[in-house]
Amino acid sequence: MTEFTPLAGAIGGILIGLSAVVLMAGIGRVAGLSGIFGGLLTVNWSAEEGWRGTFILGLFAGAALTALLGGIDVSAISFAGGPVGIIVGGLLVGVGTALGSGCTSGHGICGIARLSRRGITATIIFMAAAVVTVFVTRHIVGAGS
Amino acid sequence: MNHIAALVSGLLFGAGVALSGMVNPVKVLNFMDIAGTWDPTLIFVMAAGLIVTFAGYRLVLARRQPLFAPSFSLPATSGIDARLIAGAGLFGLGWGLTGFCPGPAVASLVFGYWQSALFVAAMAAGMIAMRLITHRPAATESVEG
Repeated sequence: MTEFTPLAGAIGGILIGLSAVVLMAGIGRVAGLSGIFGGLLTVNWSAEEGWRGTFILGLFAGAALTALLGGIDVSAISFAGGPVGIIVGGLLVGVGTALGSGCTSGHGICGIARLSRRGITATIIFMAAAVVTVFVTRHIVGAGS
Repeated sequence: MNHIAALVSGLLFGAGVALSGMVNPVKVLNFMDIAGTWDPTLIFVMAAGLIVTFAGYRLVLARRQPLFAPSFSLPATSGIDARLIAGAGLFGLGWGLTGFCPGPAVASLVFGYWQSALFVAAMAAGMIAMRLITHRPAATESVEG
């Protein structure tokens, strides 16, 4: 069980939305994390793309500050499954977001906010796939936690 | 100035995923577990994020250009293709197995859990592998997110 926290969730969602608006207003970019992170995985560095590294530094600082200010109890964070499941899941998320050009933030927030058909379609598919996966692992296989 | 916009955006995103609890994989899995220990918090995160982004984008995209860049880098309005559908499906499978999507996973590296580091390393490997397979450069992968 995890506690239902609608207020913290809504405030967190507002911050994520503001993040997307600031990035678009400032430099005209979609705040899609798989794209920002994936763009750093290159040997062809260009100064024009340096904002990606700055964004990730801000991402670390924002999460760390929130924990320091008591916005999240880091010791309460828990994980499902062991190393093999995490590696398989990570590979799937990497391959899937590269193939489908986006994740929860790029498609789910920025894409839907632009009423993009691709964003809406991708979000419906990955949400449905995740719900089915959790149903199978928790209620049919009974493996997850 | 583009670095300042990226830093502020990253800070907001990091704070948002931490405060909302999205950096806690089991909380995210509980959101997907409609038939079990359901935690609806993520609905509030997504809804608040979408409302802010939808309204903010209306104001921002009505401008001729971003504040610190010559033009908006918006995804091409291409149709729904097999790559999008397959990519979103694989991403959802990985998300449902682990409870991690790219933004919260990268942000959670600051909390020092080995599971986060292992997930992000596997995700990076998946992104690079997909890029090598499809021979697409990083810049075009990153358009949507």
